[in-house]
Amino acid sequence: MTKADIIVRIYEKVGFSKKEATDVVEATFEIIKNCLEHGEKVKISGFGNFVVNSKRPRRGRNPQTGDEIIIVGRKVLTFKPSHILKKNLNSVSPST
Amino acid sequence: MTKRDLIDEVNKRFPHLSRRDAEVIVNSIFDSMVSAMEQGERIEIRGFGSFVVKHRRAREGRNPKSGAMVSVSAKRVPFFKVGKELRLRVDGKGVGDKETG
Repeated sequence: MTKADIIVRIYEKVGFSKKEATDVVEATFEIIKNCLEHGEKVKISGFGNFVVNSKRPRRGRNPQTGDEIIIVGRKVLTFKPSHILKKNLNSVSPST
Repeated sequence: MTKRDLIDEVNKRFPHLSRRDAEVIVNSIFDSMVSAMEQGERIEIRGFGSFVVKHRRAREGRNPKSGAMVSVSAKRVPFFKVGKELRLRVDGKGVGDKETG
């Protein structure tokens, strides 16, 4: 599934033009990205949380040469799936 | 930001939509992603990231507290990999300067 498939769903469901559905879907993802860019977390109930975590700098090694290098501190995005999503993924195929 | 805030923001950017429309749209986006994952389908949103469903085999685990053996059944877990544009933006590397990281 790509963004195009999501857009099709939207315009079938809401009765928009394809152009309008595209704009709204693009805007929705852009709003989420903007928020995360500012370090704010995004919580979508029934789906999951997108959280920005800060990584401290640490010493590492180049696995190829064995040289010691400093890995700089950085911010990374993690996704924590909602328990509802996890449950939904496992209700389709029966568990033993 | 919660889903409600997201709906409000979409509503603000598209003033000709009703709040109800904005709600239906945002919900449909996530609902369609959930159903794709339920089908085991991979989702790829350019500039955002991709979602895949990984399979975990059944295994014998232990209750960490009591040490008792428990059988953990096979399950499917969602997994998100952040896309390049968003990865850089989150790290403060901006939108424009590509190919630096």
